[in-house]
Amino acid sequence: MKESVFTLHNLIFGVYPYICLAVFFIGSWLRFDREQYTWKTDSTQLLSKDNMRLASNLFHIGVLLIFCGHFVGLLTPHFIFAAIMPDITHQYLAITAGTIFGITAFLGGVILWFRRFFNPRISLTSRWSDKFVLTWLMITLIFGLLTIPTSIGHAGHGDPRVVTSLAEWIQSIVYLYPNPAFIEGVDLIFKLHLFFGMTVFLIFPFTRLVHIWSAPFTYLTRSYQLVRTKRVKYQEVDRYDLGKSPEQ
Amino acid sequence: MKVRAQFALIFSLDKCIGCHTCSVTCKNTWTNRKGMEYVWFNNVESKPGIGYPKNWENQEKWRGGWTLVNGKLELKSGGRASKLLNIFANPDLPQIDDYYEPFTYNYARLQNAPLSEATPTARPVSQITGETIEKIKWGPNWEDIMAGEWSSRSADKNMDNVGREIYGQFEQTFHLYLPRICNHCLNPACVASCPSGTLYKREEDGIVLADQDRCRGWRFCQSSCPYKKVYYNWESGKAEKCIACYPRVESGMPTICSESCVGRIRYNGIMLYDADRIEELASTQNEQDLYEAQCKIFLDPNDPAVVAAARAEGINEDWIIAAQKSPIYKMAIDWKIAFPLHPEYRTLPMVWYVPPLSPVQNQIDQGKLPTGPDGVIPLASAMRVPVKYLANLMTAGKEAPIVNALNRLIAMRSYQRMKRVDGVVNTTALEAAGISEETAQDMYRYLGIANYEDRFVIPTSHEEERLDDAHGFQGQNGFSFGNDSSTGISRVTLFPRRRKESMEPREKAPFAGDR
Repeated sequence: MKESVFTLHNLIFGVYPYICLAVFFIGSWLRFDREQYTWKTDSTQLLSKDNMRLASNLFHIGVLLIFCGHFVGLLTPHFIFAAIMPDITHQYLAITAGTIFGITAFLGGVILWFRRFFNPRISLTSRWSDKFVLTWLMITLIFGLLTIPTSIGHAGHGDPRVVTSLAEWIQSIVYLYPNPAFIEGVDLIFKLHLFFGMTVFLIFPFTRLVHIWSAPFTYLTRSYQLVRTKRVKYQEVDRYDLGKSPEQ
Repeated sequence: MKVRAQFALIFSLDKCIGCHTCSVTCKNTWTNRKGMEYVWFNNVESKPGIGYPKNWENQEKWRGGWTLVNGKLELKSGGRASKLLNIFANPDLPQIDDYYEPFTYNYARLQNAPLSEATPTARPVSQITGETIEKIKWGPNWEDIMAGEWSSRSADKNMDNVGREIYGQFEQTFHLYLPRICNHCLNPACVASCPSGTLYKREEDGIVLADQDRCRGWRFCQSSCPYKKVYYNWESGKAEKCIACYPRVESGMPTICSESCVGRIRYNGIMLYDADRIEELASTQNEQDLYEAQCKIFLDPNDPAVVAAARAEGINEDWIIAAQKSPIYKMAIDWKIAFPLHPEYRTLPMVWYVPPLSPVQNQIDQGKLPTGPDGVIPLASAMRVPVKYLANLMTAGKEAPIVNALNRLIAMRSYQRMKRVDGVVNTTALEAAGISEETAQDMYRYLGIANYEDRFVIPTSHEEERLDDAHGFQGQNGFSFGNDSSTGISRVTLFPRRRKESMEPREKAPFAGDR
């Protein structure tokens, strides 16, 4: 008889990713659609500026670069990487970049976490979700950093399989042929990091993280001054589609 | 020529008595909400003083407003790319303590305190943390009526080149009130600095607003406004600012600060200006020419060519008539007695000020004030408030326009006083100041009598132009099944809700009966 597919491993690495992604996309869309007033960075810099320039920059830049690293490193199809570099080089690259940016984000995050919990102004004005999401991100980050020694161990034996199997698993999820078996054998620390990382997407729409969607790149090409009018005759869209402007 | 209409204000500092009625009515109308406790859309500063927030006029520190880079206008805090690079932590953002830590008092204690020998006291409580504050160190109007040491008050940026030491002496001391609201600038730095395009200028009346739904809380507006009149609501995480009471103004009523002004110092009216010349005039090379440059942007509402151009832009007839009757145009352009606040910030502000004359009438009567060759008008240098100080405030340091305005104000008084008290019509002073008898009578009517209908010439907005199908719009407001008119009342919600409760002291005092 075949082994049951209804295992915890399959649930977490075969089904849970889709729950997280569905909540991430649909939840973000719903909140953007219905609750614009809550869509914001929720900055606390006004209440306490101490160390913010250092901490916030370290944290944000670190996290953004880690995200880009994961995105490129894990989602690029294997044949492209194979054409550029051997798998083991890929692994060393991941270890190096992950260490540098991971520690950058960690240093900033630690300062921000202590500020969030122990600066009375920040702590007392925080919502529960503000504290929760920062703590969750920090745990995810710490698990991520803890995978590095393991990776170095593997790489030291010339074994790039963990990186390639993680990439294969993620691509199986993204390209809709989920195959949890790819990461059946990876070390526990990777699995923990994956679980916490996936959960970030799950909680994303319910927290301040939504501000990431609104990174204001359009500012670079926008004119400085903005004028809005209420007069229909100046508006490009004929909202009521009556086919006539008042001037006619 | 692109004609636009601007809702503008003038405050006559000559008559401000510093009663703060404007601040209080504004506060009660717009900013007595959680997260906004530290915010005063309207505040009245005692000058000389460092103001609210501390040293707001020192743009070397705060880097607000515009500057010229190779002859081109650029935000003083840096252009678009620098904004995005600094978005994680704005280096120029004030901390709330630069305004003040908002506080209330533990009034409940007065009723709830257990029976004791000593009278219970209501101690100050932080409205941010709810914790007791041992000592209040700063407030929204800490320097009121020259409170505090000269050494700290004289850090006032306008005292540059005035002689800080001299005016610290008791005999030389001077004082004026400076009420401030958002200037609804023609070239607003807050609008330009917002990465998400939240702030905008209304085409119809020039009022600058912050779209609450669009704001993401990047906080550059707060630091880029050189007047520090955009505020971050730390509870909602959104930028909020003076809205020029647009719901009132749209229906033809003056702003609440103007309406409630006890001294009748505030004037509301319409100005027509040429929107095509904003960049050119704001880029005027010499700072001291910016006042005159801004005067050039305004269009004469009685010029038939301007009226025709205004009509072509869709400006309504009643707005053109209002512009022709505008008290702002009379004072700023016809009489040249009103000035913008810090034109050197290059935002082309639209709240202008009549400089204060200082209490000179007694000294004129007693013949103590040295006068010019005409024997009537006192020398500007003899005034109590140094002209240089007023010039630093209103013309980037250029004294001639200020002296001219002060002379006109004195001449009008002198003429009017002789007419009323001595029964003699003497136009010597008027001639010396270069104004006609008719102008002097008009100035007296607007400045002295200051009738409601002269102070406030506000056309109603044309809501019918918003909708080409007004009938189809009826019934759209009020009860609905969306969340367009309420924030919801359910206790459990999928999405983060605003917390509406105001801050209470964390430690509740026990009830007297519970002992």
